Amino acid sequence: MNGHDAPPTVGLSTGPATSLAYHTGTWRTERPVYVDLAPPCSLACPSGEDIRGWLGATQEGEAGFEAAWRRLVAANPLPAVMGRICYHPCQADCNRGEVDEEVGINAVERFLGDTALERGWALPVPAASSGRRVLVVGSGPAGLSAAYHLRQLGHEVVVREAAAEPGGMLRYGIPAYRLPRDVLAAEIRRIEDTGVRIERSTPVTDLRAVEAEFHAVVLTMGAGVAHHVDIPAGAASHIVDAIDVLRDVAAGNAPLVGRRVAVYGGGNTAMDAARTARRLGAADAVVVYRRTREQMPAHATELDDAVGEGVRVQWLSTIAAVDGPRVTIERMTLDDEGRPQGTGVFEELDADTVMLAVGQDADLTLLKGATDIAVDGGVIAVDPVTLMTGREGVFAAGDVSPGSRTATYAVGRGARAVRAVDAYLRSRVLPAEPVARSASADRLNTWYYSDAPKQHRAELAAARRVTGFEEVLSGLDAEHAVFEARRCMSCGSCFECDNCFGMCPDDAIRKLGPGMRYEVDYDYCKGCGICAAECPCGAIDMVPEVR
Amino acid sequence: MTTVHIPFLQTGSLAVGGRLLSADERSVQSHSDRPSSLTKGHRACQGCAEALAARWVMDTAVDAAGGRLVVANATGCLEVFSTLYPESAWKPPWIHSLFANAAAVATGIASSLRAQGRDDVRVLAQGGDGGTVDIGLAAVSGMFERNDDVLYVCYDNQGYMNTGVQRSSATPASARTATTPAVGSTPGQAFGQGKSMVRIAMAHEVPYVASATPADLRDLEAKVRTAMSIHGARYLHVLVPCPVGWGSEPSQSIALARSAVQSGIFPVLEARAGELTDVQRIRERCDVTEYLRPQARFAHLFRPGGEDALDRWRALAEANIRRYDLLGGA
Repeated sequence: MNGHDAPPTVGLSTGPATSLAYHTGTWRTERPVYVDLAPPCSLACPSGEDIRGWLGATQEGEAGFEAAWRRLVAANPLPAVMGRICYHPCQADCNRGEVDEEVGINAVERFLGDTALERGWALPVPAASSGRRVLVVGSGPAGLSAAYHLRQLGHEVVVREAAAEPGGMLRYGIPAYRLPRDVLAAEIRRIEDTGVRIERSTPVTDLRAVEAEFHAVVLTMGAGVAHHVDIPAGAASHIVDAIDVLRDVAAGNAPLVGRRVAVYGGGNTAMDAARTARRLGAADAVVVYRRTREQMPAHATELDDAVGEGVRVQWLSTIAAVDGPRVTIERMTLDDEGRPQGTGVFEELDADTVMLAVGQDADLTLLKGATDIAVDGGVIAVDPVTLMTGREGVFAAGDVSPGSRTATYAVGRGARAVRAVDAYLRSRVLPAEPVARSASADRLNTWYYSDAPKQHRAELAAARRVTGFEEVLSGLDAEHAVFEARRCMSCGSCFECDNCFGMCPDDAIRKLGPGMRYEVDYDYCKGCGICAAECPCGAIDMVPEVR
Repeated sequence: MTTVHIPFLQTGSLAVGGRLLSADERSVQSHSDRPSSLTKGHRACQGCAEALAARWVMDTAVDAAGGRLVVANATGCLEVFSTLYPESAWKPPWIHSLFANAAAVATGIASSLRAQGRDDVRVLAQGGDGGTVDIGLAAVSGMFERNDDVLYVCYDNQGYMNTGVQRSSATPASARTATTPAVGSTPGQAFGQGKSMVRIAMAHEVPYVASATPADLRDLEAKVRTAMSIHGARYLHVLVPCPVGWGSEPSQSIALARSAVQSGIFPVLEARAGELTDVQRIRERCDVTEYLRPQARFAHLFRPGGEDALDRWRALAEANIRRYDLLGGA
């Protein structure tokens, strides 16, 4: 850059005198202040991932991939798994959706997860030991997350798993076409490599018998027992639990289901069961659901995928009776409050197998005799902040405790429980979580987020076609993952676009260098607010000046 | 077109810089060691786009001239706010002139440099719309027709702002000023008055004429760089929103420049030897009201009876869009 050689001078008699002597900052009635706000994606993430942070590192390209992955696994140790099965509530809230389309966060997460497995990146191994032992019961997403985070904090962790392989519903509930087992196994192995001991085929049947060996216990048994409904059924009827079918398939014992399968229920398990039935050879798989599509608990993409694979759905229907291959269905109608009511109109359906997917319960036999641990609505009651049960030092997270029943939520709850466990083990008070200010869409100046629109959109469309975004099961390549990450608008956090620095009419913003952002020179800043108005990501507040 | 093509890196080329850009892809203004030719402590009003544009223009010109740039400044806001005796906010060698003769002073500097056989020092003259379009037009026109080796930059804030917002021949129709009050049957500046300095400059067939705004830094820097690569008379016309004269929020100065362009009111173009060579297409078209409503000088257009004037504004935008093919595809 070519600059000026000499300091400014005025006149021959007065010598050098520069306007720097005059501090225009005294004019100011409002001052610009840089802020860091919580982006809507992270606020929506049940796992509490710093999405903006790891997308930001991904934007650097190859040089940033490992740093991005490390920021990602700081919250979630299963990115390759979650990059496949998470329902990504982050994307539903992404502000970019108001500009063109939301950022494909989930696809980038999967890219980072797969890249880490490919290159063998290891999770950090804690150096110091706390001398505390913690038992985690169950190795589903909540248990794995809890074990990982406990280990990162230096605690000794033992996970006891009833099944032959760890993973819980990830291993035995989610079909392999959505989550390849080698990916799951590799991410679990990586957690074990940090020093977490997973004891397979070791069910915990009595909490009192084992808790003396440990300083704390985290219960994450999940909800793996099929819920039952009373259906009059003839002796020749073939009625099975959907979750058992999924478990058998996962364990390599594919059952015979026949040519026609009816699945009773409207959740994601029902969708998995119907799609699995198709893969087991059923020519006709019908989901029988008593309400309408709008009320269906299954995620929309799950339903779309199932329908795309030839699964039919019989809406507003209940199974009234089963007799051999004859299934009697009653048509339902919704009352004024949206509840299904029988109409007295019956029809028949042929099904070789009826799969029940009407909910899952937790197996709580290990609590026998533990009267201080309350059970409410079939799940263990916990303190909403600390997730501690009625018994000191015993915590619960995931499907066995109240809340949303998704793997992502379970990972987040596992981590949350660990914060409380750690505070408990160290006799500290769990610090209150700060109230996060959201970087809402109205703070953004989206003018800056794309170039000449035609070029930009063509490039975007091409990237989307190749990558398949979220609908297609293949992953992103590095180029498209970086492109997708760069679509992140960094809502509420400075990403060093130089707008404030370049657009200050008073030359009153200092650029501090890469990664260091900027600072306002309040000696000269007049408080015009152009920096705040032209900040693309809403990272500057104008605050009234108080003198 | 002098558009700078940079890769899509979170933001496109509309932002000042970006941490992912390499040094040679950056704008001059994104460099922490930019010349800052107009330095801190100047007395321009809050949100003054003229102060901003002047720094952008001069930093690029200084860089292009290898640090050897002489500047002649017409009287006007730009001079008043930057040089309160005994202080100066200018870093390059800078000379004060009268309201009317900045172009003539610059011509003199260029001539004396030529007489000394020096071709390493470049000359820039600058002024507001008063000093250029009204009072200084004769000197500017003379500089143009002799093809003197000067880049003349007009920062057009559409009135005599530092003397109390009187009308100039660059004041737009229907604008309220101290001398065109918003009273009577045709309030504000009359429709049908004023002139286009860009087209006057083009009519002189000088080597290079361009218009720009502070809403597109990359475009402005590229035009200054192009102008500095050419010898002879060159003219750059920059629209600079004025919070005081326009009655707008200081924070909205860049947004107003943006809506002036996106509504079709201010065409951003380039011409060589009198021929239009390129125009900046409208990217996201907006209605003229998006430009007019935030300005108190047009407040009467949004009261009962203002509809006719708004329609005439829309007709002006349409005429520009037709004349310069601002939507493309013609």
